[in-house]
Amino acid sequence: MNSLKIDNLQASIGDKSILHGLSLEIPKGEVHAIMGPNGSGKSTLAKVLSGHPDYEVTGGTATLDDDSLLGLEPDEISRLGLFLAFQYPMEVPGVSIANFIRAALNARLKEGEKIKAVEYYKDLYAHMDDLGMDRKFTSRSLNDGFSGGEKKRCEILQMSMLNPKYAILDETDSGLDIDALRVVSDGVNRMRNPERGILVITHYQRLLDYIVPDYVHVMSEGKIVRTGGKELALELEDRGYDWIKQEAVAS
Amino acid sequence: MISPSQLDVDRDKGNFHYDTDYSFDAGIGLSEDVVRYISEVKKEDPWMLDFRLKALSTFEKKPMPTHWATDDLKNINFDVIRYYLAKGQQPSRTWDEVPDDIKNTFERLGIPEQERKFLAGVEAQFDSEAAYSNMKEDLAKEGVIFVGSTEGLKEHPEIFRKWFGKVIPTSDNKFSALNSAVFSGGSFIYIPPGVKLAQPLQAYFRINAENFGQFERTLIIADEGSEVMYMEGCTAPKFETSTLHSAVVELVALKGAKIQYVTVQNWSNNVFNLVTKRALAEEEAEVRWIDCNIGSRLTMKYPGVILKGRKARGEVVSIALANDGQHQDTGAKMVHAADETTSNVVSKSISIGDGRSSYRGLVQMPGHLKGCKNNTECDALLINNKSQTDTYPAITVQGDANSVQHEASVSKVSAEQIFYMKQRGLGEAEAMSLCVNGFVNDLIREFPMEYSVELKRLIDLEMEGSVG
Repeated sequence: MNSLKIDNLQASIGDKSILHGLSLEIPKGEVHAIMGPNGSGKSTLAKVLSGHPDYEVTGGTATLDDDSLLGLEPDEISRLGLFLAFQYPMEVPGVSIANFIRAALNARLKEGEKIKAVEYYKDLYAHMDDLGMDRKFTSRSLNDGFSGGEKKRCEILQMSMLNPKYAILDETDSGLDIDALRVVSDGVNRMRNPERGILVITHYQRLLDYIVPDYVHVMSEGKIVRTGGKELALELEDRGYDWIKQEAVAS
Repeated sequence: MISPSQLDVDRDKGNFHYDTDYSFDAGIGLSEDVVRYISEVKKEDPWMLDFRLKALSTFEKKPMPTHWATDDLKNINFDVIRYYLAKGQQPSRTWDEVPDDIKNTFERLGIPEQERKFLAGVEAQFDSEAAYSNMKEDLAKEGVIFVGSTEGLKEHPEIFRKWFGKVIPTSDNKFSALNSAVFSGGSFIYIPPGVKLAQPLQAYFRINAENFGQFERTLIIADEGSEVMYMEGCTAPKFETSTLHSAVVELVALKGAKIQYVTVQNWSNNVFNLVTKRALAEEEAEVRWIDCNIGSRLTMKYPGVILKGRKARGEVVSIALANDGQHQDTGAKMVHAADETTSNVVSKSISIGDGRSSYRGLVQMPGHLKGCKNNTECDALLINNKSQTDTYPAITVQGDANSVQHEASVSKVSAEQIFYMKQRGLGEAEAMSLCVNGFVNDLIREFPMEYSVELKRLIDLEMEGSVG
């Protein structure tokens, strides 16, 4: 089917179980948001779906348009069409943004094929202009010495260049001032289309003023405990998370 | 432009050998007879035989330098090595005259093609002697000499003898003594005053035989105001038994001369590579060693410059890559012996798997000198938890009219960096390759273009091999 579908997913790191039967389906064309208190397992979900080697999946399924993601290498998952915008993008000294994105695009081609340099740079510059990034950025080392805002812009640039079927944005708002937040949100909104599903993970309602979701899910103790429309985010902003936790425990 | 065939280089490129009938064979093991045999087949003058025999006795007296380096040196068995193997002493001037098995070897390594494209002259050594040696005609007219050491000694004794063994004395270390006793092959180069070579000269050192020791001896003299770039490449097949490569390279840069010496070594994992390289720089002369060490079981190599004249300048730029089972013990020596001399050392090492890289640096600045400067940077990159790096700087600076700067750093490619790069679709080897290339990128630019392409590709292939 045309969706990113997670069913009864259970995962742990070391001896610690973190996801306890999480189910969620993100069809193409929709933007879903996951909110939840610290430690509820939001970032773990993003990493498990991306194939991070530290996590062990102990049950459930996760499929991308019918392809199972579980057990695949992170690069295989990426090439199937899942992009993760990191909460803390890694610094990679000596590797320029331009070379890195080009290598990532080449990795999607058949063996022996390579993207053409002229077209590539034209495309890259167009995307950078959209994000208000100086063209000097292309030769800078990936995230090396970047400010928080620059790192997040660089994530969105990579996302737009790689054109994934599904994107997960993990706490993309953390470390952003209001101007940067607007630029980054514009970048994500431009990528909203009927062919792409987007999952926004955030701790604060603020981001959802800019990226307005179709659905909001609340995560607690490693599973989704409540699902609603965008108004649910506002309710959480007013009342905090405790009432949902208590309801979850009561049920 | 780089042709596809030049790009087609890899760590296995040198892994082949031909069964060759040698006309000259000094047999197995080291003795006075072996030394006498080598000197005799080369028809050397008595002074050279005398020099060799003295060197043999120095070699026998000197202990293995295991007290400061590595115990692996004990595993070299001098009794099973063959010290001299050659088809003949006279190198051909055209490739057509080179025997087929040797010609095929160098064709597979791409040497004749490189010669046509961008080189001013080539010497191709096969085991103990040069099989081919040729230089562009106009250079010969200008008085440039580029021949093998055997020929240099015979044809140009007045220049050869004046400088031979003067930069690196026989007794410098155990392996310089061994080389002095049994040396054969290597280049002899003389650049007359004011002659500036636009294209590089290249030598290629090929080991073909098993249980063989290659002991080439190179001597380059750049006369006043001249300029030369010399490049050397080396490979050997992968044998089960160990192979010894122990060269001595002496450079002399007279007043205002410039020498650049570029090495791209791609030895197989059975080679003990124990090389002594040193230069003498007179007033306002400049010597640069640009050195890339990939492969070998153990490499010990510390190119040096003796800054003898005022305002002389010395530089060592080196990249070392130690993969599983390899130890790259490399560094630099800068001996300041005149006012206002400057030296610069930039060293980058990469350790992969259980590979180990060590940096040893020596900087000497006596107190009576003024205005001397040294800058040393050594950076190490570790790819995983098993790999190892050490730095041993030895800096002797006296007086207060000189300046020395030393910076060292160690960084590691983290699992999170690799995960990040894989999340964008790159395979593990490719991700590591990008990190390593990024780490050495600024140094790779120092290599001539033809070599920098080869280097990047070699690094990629090392990374592919290191990921199961």
